[in-house]
Amino acid sequence: MSQRRTHHDRVLVVDDDASLAEMLSIVLEGEGLTTAVCRSGDKVPAALAAFRPDVVLLDLMLPGVDGMEVCRRIRESSNVPIVMLTARSDTDDVVAGLAAGADDYIVKPFKNSELVARIRARLRRTDQILEPLVFGDIVLDPAGHTVERAGQPLDLTPLEFDLLACLLGTPEQVFTREVLLQKVWGYHHPGDTKLVNVHMTRLRSKIEDDAENPSIIRTVRGVGYQAIAPE
Amino acid sequence: MTRLGRALRAGLRRALQQWRRSIRLRVVGSTVALTSLAIGLTGWALLAQVADGLAEARSTTAVDEARAGLERVRAQLETTSVTDATAASEAVAQIVDSLTQSGQGQGRYDVVVEGPLGRGGETVPVRSSGEVSADLIPADLVRTVSSSDGLYFRFAEVPVPEGGARPVVVVGSRLDVPATGDDYGLYYVFSMADQQATLDLVRNATALAGLAMIVMVGGVAYVMSRQVLEPVRRARRTAERFAAGHLEQRMHVRGEDDIARLSESFNQMAASLQSQIARLENLSKLQQRFVSDVSHELRTPLTTLAMAGDVLHEARSGWDPPTARAAELLRRELTRFEELLADLMDLSRFDAEAARLELETIDLSDVARELADEPVLTRKGIEVRVVGADAPVVTEADRRRVDRVLRNLVANAAAYSRSDDVVVTVAENETCVSLSVRDHGVGLTAEESRRVFDRFWRADPARAAAGTGLGLAIARSDARLHGGELQVGSRPGRGTDFVLTLPKPGGDVSRPALEPLREAGDA
Repeated sequence: MSQRRTHHDRVLVVDDDASLAEMLSIVLEGEGLTTAVCRSGDKVPAALAAFRPDVVLLDLMLPGVDGMEVCRRIRESSNVPIVMLTARSDTDDVVAGLAAGADDYIVKPFKNSELVARIRARLRRTDQILEPLVFGDIVLDPAGHTVERAGQPLDLTPLEFDLLACLLGTPEQVFTREVLLQKVWGYHHPGDTKLVNVHMTRLRSKIEDDAENPSIIRTVRGVGYQAIAPE
Repeated sequence: MTRLGRALRAGLRRALQQWRRSIRLRVVGSTVALTSLAIGLTGWALLAQVADGLAEARSTTAVDEARAGLERVRAQLETTSVTDATAASEAVAQIVDSLTQSGQGQGRYDVVVEGPLGRGGETVPVRSSGEVSADLIPADLVRTVSSSDGLYFRFAEVPVPEGGARPVVVVGSRLDVPATGDDYGLYYVFSMADQQATLDLVRNATALAGLAMIVMVGGVAYVMSRQVLEPVRRARRTAERFAAGHLEQRMHVRGEDDIARLSESFNQMAASLQSQIARLENLSKLQQRFVSDVSHELRTPLTTLAMAGDVLHEARSGWDPPTARAAELLRRELTRFEELLADLMDLSRFDAEAARLELETIDLSDVARELADEPVLTRKGIEVRVVGADAPVVTEADRRRVDRVLRNLVANAAAYSRSDDVVVTVAENETCVSLSVRDHGVGLTAEESRRVFDRFWRADPARAAAGTGLGLAIARSDARLHGGELQVGSRPGRGTDFVLTLPKPGGDVSRPALEPLREAGDA
């Protein structure tokens, strides 16, 4: 629990449905969060710059630009955590949304408590490491949440930073997807391995030389993932 | 011997099978058989006619010739004056010789003279020309000639030295020798070799022509049947491909004959089927799309409602009792609405065959033990007994769906059975695994058992407020998606027994490992 913010955490609600957007604001503000509403995907970059949210809550059903595209645009300029709202959990929409850069998703309809828990989980850093970590040519600095590889800074989202820190913190240990969900996403969501798989793919594409033949994070078939200790 | 018999029978069976299965073989076979019969009969009649005609012509000329010869002999005998029998015999012998010579010269005949006749007891002396003997003269001709005047003829056969016989016509007459008063039988034997040769020629020609005809008719039948059957075979192949799902298959239409009309009709049928199927597929897609859209459209306002309901529910403690109760009811019914929408979506996915299994290895014994701790049962203080879960009972199944089915069954037992205990039994056989959830509550009538899987059906309409009425319908669909089955057995006052049976990999559920409670006769 490092870095407690002095001001209220800020949530940008991106939803075309006026009632739902207002209701989301009411519930989140009731929890002591500051919210701003953006009713169309086109206005998201401007709202991002003006409001500087700590989390974006993004409804995938948007007119004009679809949610996936909004997700990609946000990721072009920002590593802000994104939680998406989706109508169904078992569609390719979810995987596509996660691949486009969303950190987590909530299936409509949901309980208020679940919504708040997910948002809080994204606001809170899970602090996988407290000291700077050197792992081969990779250097992780928890203070600034920065990662360097061979002196070059890597552009990771906070979630990807936590995921990498979790694995590199105890090299050779195999983490199951369930454990990773709990440690990195900060809540238990049994059986939902999509989240881990998709983010692992994204993380590898950023840190590995060849994502097809990973040399840093290995997949242990049927179990989970482990960091390969550097020589 | 028996082996030969078996081989023969097998061959016969094969031939019969070929005969049954091949229209072409039947057409060619029966055509050849019928043609052979017709040609055989015609040939036989033709040959009989020709033979009759030839024999008649020959006998007429033979009789004429014999008559002329006889006149000459009579004239010679009248000019010869012989008084004693020996001299007469001599004279006759001379005549015979001269006749023979003249016969060889002009008419190709042999002569036989018998006589003198009528000296009872003695053998009649015979004189003949050439290789002809008296034996070949038919006996009835001899009798006729010796007893009456006139000229008679018979057909006969003369054995030839090489074996066999050649046909002849024998003309006979009585010859009186006026000088002695003796009678002689004089026979002319005319060869029918020419006629026989002609007849042989005609017969051979007929046989050859007949054979050629049969072969040709067989060939024609083959070609014709091919012409008729080839389109039929093509039609069969097209129909088979069509039936296998290649809906774009059509037959070639050539000409305006029956085959062409058949092809046209087939094509019309195929086009109509194809368009119907396309229409249904399209409808199904539209339906699927519609349900999915409705679900999406409903979900956004429902989400807002649910959130608002939550907010009101949280705040209810500060309100007067009726308003607080209203907030509670609002939230409860919103939850039910959400469940109903989720269930409807699941059912529509089953209906659209869009539901997919995510198979993994599961142990039903594990599942049964977990079921015992289900809050819906423990909350109501229902005692749970697990039977047969000591050893693993393993199959491949979709864990989420199996859990959903079983949670549904125990929830039903808890909500409706009024039973104090529930028995969960696990069993397996070679092909499948079964899990039964049995209560000892009020039970269902036979009519109720039949309707228990119907959508929105409830045993007790007064308790419609609980549940969506879709749970068991979804549970059965889930079971069947696995290739499994969900059965119910119940007796009023004795309780209800639901049995979920899932196939093992490669197995089926034709023999479930557990049978549900029977409706009568079972305790």
